[in-house]
Amino acid sequence: MMTDSSTLFPGLAQPSQTESSPPAMIFGFWIYLMSDAVIFALLFATYASMSRNYAGGPTGKEFFDLSTVFYETLALLLSTLTCGFAMLSSSKNRKTWVLSWLAVTFLLGLTFILMEHNEFHSLISQGMGPDRSGFLSAFFTLVGTHGLHVCIGLIWVLVMIAQIMSKGLTQPVCSRLIRFSLFWHFLDLVWVGIFSMVYLIGAL
Amino acid sequence: MKTYKSINLWVRFFKIVLPFVLIIGLDSCKLNHLRDLEPSGPVTRSIDDLFWLTIALMSIILIPVFSMTAGFIWKYRASNSKASHVPDWNSPIWLEWLVWLFPALIVLILTIMTWIYTHRLDPYKPQEANTPPLVIQVIALDWKWLFIYPEQNIAVVNELTLPVNRPIAFQITSNTVMNSFFIPRLGGQIYAMAGMETQLHVIADKPGRYFGENIQYSGQGFPYQNFETSVTTPQDFDAWVKKAGQSAQILDLSAFIELSKPSVSHPVVYYAFVSPDLFNHVINQYIGGQKSLATVHVTHDNPVVTPNVR
Amino acid sequence: MFGKLTLQAISYDNLIVMGGIGLMLVAALTLLGLITYFHKWIYLWNEWLTSLDHKKIGIMYIILALVMLLRGFADAVMMRTQQALAVDTNQGFLTPHHYDQIFSAHGTIMIIFMAMPFLTGLINIVVPLQLGKRDVAFPFMNALSLWLTVAGALLVMVSLAIGEFSTAGWSGYPPYSEIEYSPGVGVDYWIWALMLSGAASTMTGINFLVTILLDRAPGMTLMLMPLFSWTALCTSILMTMAFPALTVVTALLGLDRYLGMHFFSNGNGGNLMNYVNLFWIWGHPEVYILILPAFGIFSEVISTFSGKRLFGYKSLVYATIVIALLSFTVWLHHFFTMGASANVNAAFGIATMVIAVPTGVKIFDWLLTMYRGRIRFTVPMLWALAFLPTFAIGGATGMLLAVPPVDFMVHNSEFLVAHFHNMLIPGAMFGFLSGYTFWFPKAFGFRLDENWGKLAFWNWLVGFYLAFIPLYYLGLMGMPRRMQHYGNPEWQPFLIVAALGAFLIFIGINCLIIQLVVSIWKRHENRDAIGDPWDGRSLEWATSSPPPAYNFAVIPEVRCIDAFMDMKEKGVAYVRPTSYQAIYLPRNTGLGVIFGGSAFVFGFAMIWHIWWLAMAAGLAMLAAIIVHSFDDDNENCMSAAEIKLIEDSRFRVLSEAKQTQKNGTHLSINPLVYQE
Repeated sequence: MMTDSSTLFPGLAQPSQTESSPPAMIFGFWIYLMSDAVIFALLFATYASMSRNYAGGPTGKEFFDLSTVFYETLALLLSTLTCGFAMLSSSKNRKTWVLSWLAVTFLLGLTFILMEHNEFHSLISQGMGPDRSGFLSAFFTLVGTHGLHVCIGLIWVLVMIAQIMSKGLTQPVCSRLIRFSLFWHFLDLVWVGIFSMVYLIGAL
Repeated sequence: MKTYKSINLWVRFFKIVLPFVLIIGLDSCKLNHLRDLEPSGPVTRSIDDLFWLTIALMSIILIPVFSMTAGFIWKYRASNSKASHVPDWNSPIWLEWLVWLFPALIVLILTIMTWIYTHRLDPYKPQEANTPPLVIQVIALDWKWLFIYPEQNIAVVNELTLPVNRPIAFQITSNTVMNSFFIPRLGGQIYAMAGMETQLHVIADKPGRYFGENIQYSGQGFPYQNFETSVTTPQDFDAWVKKAGQSAQILDLSAFIELSKPSVSHPVVYYAFVSPDLFNHVINQYIGGQKSLATVHVTHDNPVVTPNVR
Repeated sequence: MFGKLTLQAISYDNLIVMGGIGLMLVAALTLLGLITYFHKWIYLWNEWLTSLDHKKIGIMYIILALVMLLRGFADAVMMRTQQALAVDTNQGFLTPHHYDQIFSAHGTIMIIFMAMPFLTGLINIVVPLQLGKRDVAFPFMNALSLWLTVAGALLVMVSLAIGEFSTAGWSGYPPYSEIEYSPGVGVDYWIWALMLSGAASTMTGINFLVTILLDRAPGMTLMLMPLFSWTALCTSILMTMAFPALTVVTALLGLDRYLGMHFFSNGNGGNLMNYVNLFWIWGHPEVYILILPAFGIFSEVISTFSGKRLFGYKSLVYATIVIALLSFTVWLHHFFTMGASANVNAAFGIATMVIAVPTGVKIFDWLLTMYRGRIRFTVPMLWALAFLPTFAIGGATGMLLAVPPVDFMVHNSEFLVAHFHNMLIPGAMFGFLSGYTFWFPKAFGFRLDENWGKLAFWNWLVGFYLAFIPLYYLGLMGMPRRMQHYGNPEWQPFLIVAALGAFLIFIGINCLIIQLVVSIWKRHENRDAIGDPWDGRSLEWATSSPPPAYNFAVIPEVRCIDAFMDMKEKGVAYVRPTSYQAIYLPRNTGLGVIFGGSAFVFGFAMIWHIWWLAMAAGLAMLAAIIVHSFDDDNENCMSAAEIKLIEDSRFRVLSEAKQTQKNGTHLSINPLVYQE
């Protein structure tokens, strides 16, 4: 039986399905973010349920320093902004601008992490470490998990800078850049949650 | 140990199919012990009814499933060329609805039943009776049970004595890992957790000797963590209280710390006097700062050796 | 230098453990020796270990599952033997510490390292084929998932030899699993094994969610997908949404143990209830992660071997979705006895019962699929037929457990053990074995031996009933689960029957092994030349067995649910395309193996507190990912000419097979295919 295969098999005209087309990558990354959001949601819930378990240790009111947190927040929000600028420059294919905005993003993120590190360090040295009470365990873990994500983001920025320098703004690199910016915005959003749920409510 | 009276029917069924059991060389007489085990309080009696009611309702689904499986397999086997074969059978829409509505209806009845019975048989709900409830404080230890009778100011390890027809209010906590307090013939189980108090209300209306246990795995000594429950007449209960009150031992904090050390098959011990508020003290130590009464658990390096011989 | 690790970590004095290690070592050395003797190392590395082909990854997953099945089942036999013996003065042959490790390992292995890899393997092999795709969405991530799972499984295996495994049960309830009560490395092994495989499952979920949702064969809308793909989709959703809970709960327990935090400890503000909630927020959906794919397999198998289209396809799809959604709303029924109020208990009990509705719908839909069919009693169909009533019994006892007052009586007892084995053995294991037999010819090009398969089936089925029905009675008699020893002689007869059942299942497993050997031996007799050994209905049967690396030279178009059946009826199933196009396929990479290997070393170093090694292994994992991210040229091109060559030979085989069929010598055609 001879039939015109283009009508019988319209699949023939389809572009071949190759590995990880960019839309699949970005869709998949969204799903990953959802899955990661579940992790944060559960950590938030754990924190909420343990936020009064002081066990004779300090309460949040006693050590939350809103001014530090304010500067931390500022650094992270600004870094999201510069990350957005990097994305805009990449869509206009301005390699140098992308690189410099990414560098600024990295520095701001690093500032955030260093400030958080200082906060943790001073708490632990005052005997208010995560092993002091259930409340402190939950606090350190929630904030620390976010911090760990930011650290991964910082490594990611460095890798992106290296890739842009070596490969230029190729299509796979840009796809990675889009996913990085999604990740970075997501972390910002989580931080807003931490800022309001942990620090603001805790300091009241 | 039997939980449900009606299971006795199954025991008889088992004796009918005993040839099978005999083949594997078992002493059939042993099964006779089961006969005198049955629910011995209103709680377990209601649960027993509920159990069989649920099974009855489920069999409304199970019977069609079994018969359809058997019937269809027989009728539509490939070698039966007489049966009709309609590969593109267009399922009538009413049948698809029926497939949803039929289980939904059964489940609806079950959910209503569940709602009512869960409230009626809430372990936290005190039993209705004319006499005031007898409060018994239960502390789970590694691997034994401590029962404190605050009213009588006595305490006893691994033995529980209850007066018949008087409501019992158990207050339960743990001085170690999570346990589950369970006297199958009198009521359901409830967890015993450190730093928390759980409650169980039962009433026993038949004198006798019942089996009590921890049913939540709690470590190496877990298989031996059971106790005997005696339900007695009020007179016998008073006599028992008196006997316990004459014990030479008292349960103060140091005696409690000594007692909480892990042990297996701890002998029954009576305490004539209990340090006031010991129960709350045990709970509160886990809420505030440092623990004082908790002790080191037995580990691999320090294994339990005493086997239980009952 | 070596943290807590010393030579004392190996328990030389325990004969059973040493025997197990010896057996494992002999098996591993024999395998390595054979590979070396036949010079297969390069083949193994190039064709399998580094492969990103979804079919090969799937096969490797199933090999892992079968190996772990042997280990998990050995644990089961030991437990059953111990319980049949250890009454009264008899202590049996296992110490409490050893017995407690065995039941913890059995549960962990069977769920995480047997059932999960089995279903992931089947999904890997079948779903892209059913959807008419050339690969999964993220082939490299697929390899990462596989090797992370292998790393987790390896940790559990190593715990047998070095140190100990957890004694806290597969659910690892604190405070017992806290450092205070379990100071050994056992719980740490459990934590890291679960962490690694949990991350792997999350990635698998993301991968297949995108694979299934993003693009399929032309014309295949969601409501035209085969049911196995639907259940794979719902399982993937559950994996991505539920596994984070496992990651969180094991991480928090780890923080308690490693850094002295107080999430679940007794005192200092810890609360074990948080653990129990978090664990079952993962744990209950996990049950449906295991069962849903099996439901998909039963749908395919029953429809195929009844020679009839599925009854109520839409009902089955909606029922699957409803089950997936409801599975997140019932977790509290695992701890009715924790002292929640009657309102809460009743609400969760009712939510649990509601799940019975879509499940009941499925059972009736499968039954009605057989109505007016032509039932062929092949091995895959036998598993499915046995599943229907057996699973219904398990469902009925599940309803009993969903009634809180009844649960108060049977929770934590052997009744519960009987119930969940009654759900998972017919509901998952029978399904996987059915799918294994069903799709084996697709993966390897020859069918499994029917006779040995039937023998295995009957031993499993009878063994299952003997092993678990007595446990229901024991539960009603008040026997707790996890008893190394008991004092009540009335329990023993039941436990002896249960041990006999376990022995029958042991024979069944041996039959499966013999079946595999015999089938490989006689592979030419059972050859599947056409690629459609069972008169199949969906697209995976439209390509050759085993399929070429690109699955379909030309992606077929889909017009209805039973797409391939439709093509066969219209006579267009084996039409030759006029031309071919070049196809791009992912290039093999060893980074997956390197990543998995580093993850294993990382886990091992963390367990034994060898910090420098953990650091090094962690950096290696990071490096593997970064190196991969620099590699943009990761595809191979197969030219149209190459494809034409492969396809030409396929059509040659096809016409030969058709010729022999016409001549009446049904040599290469499955005699089980019903000929109207």
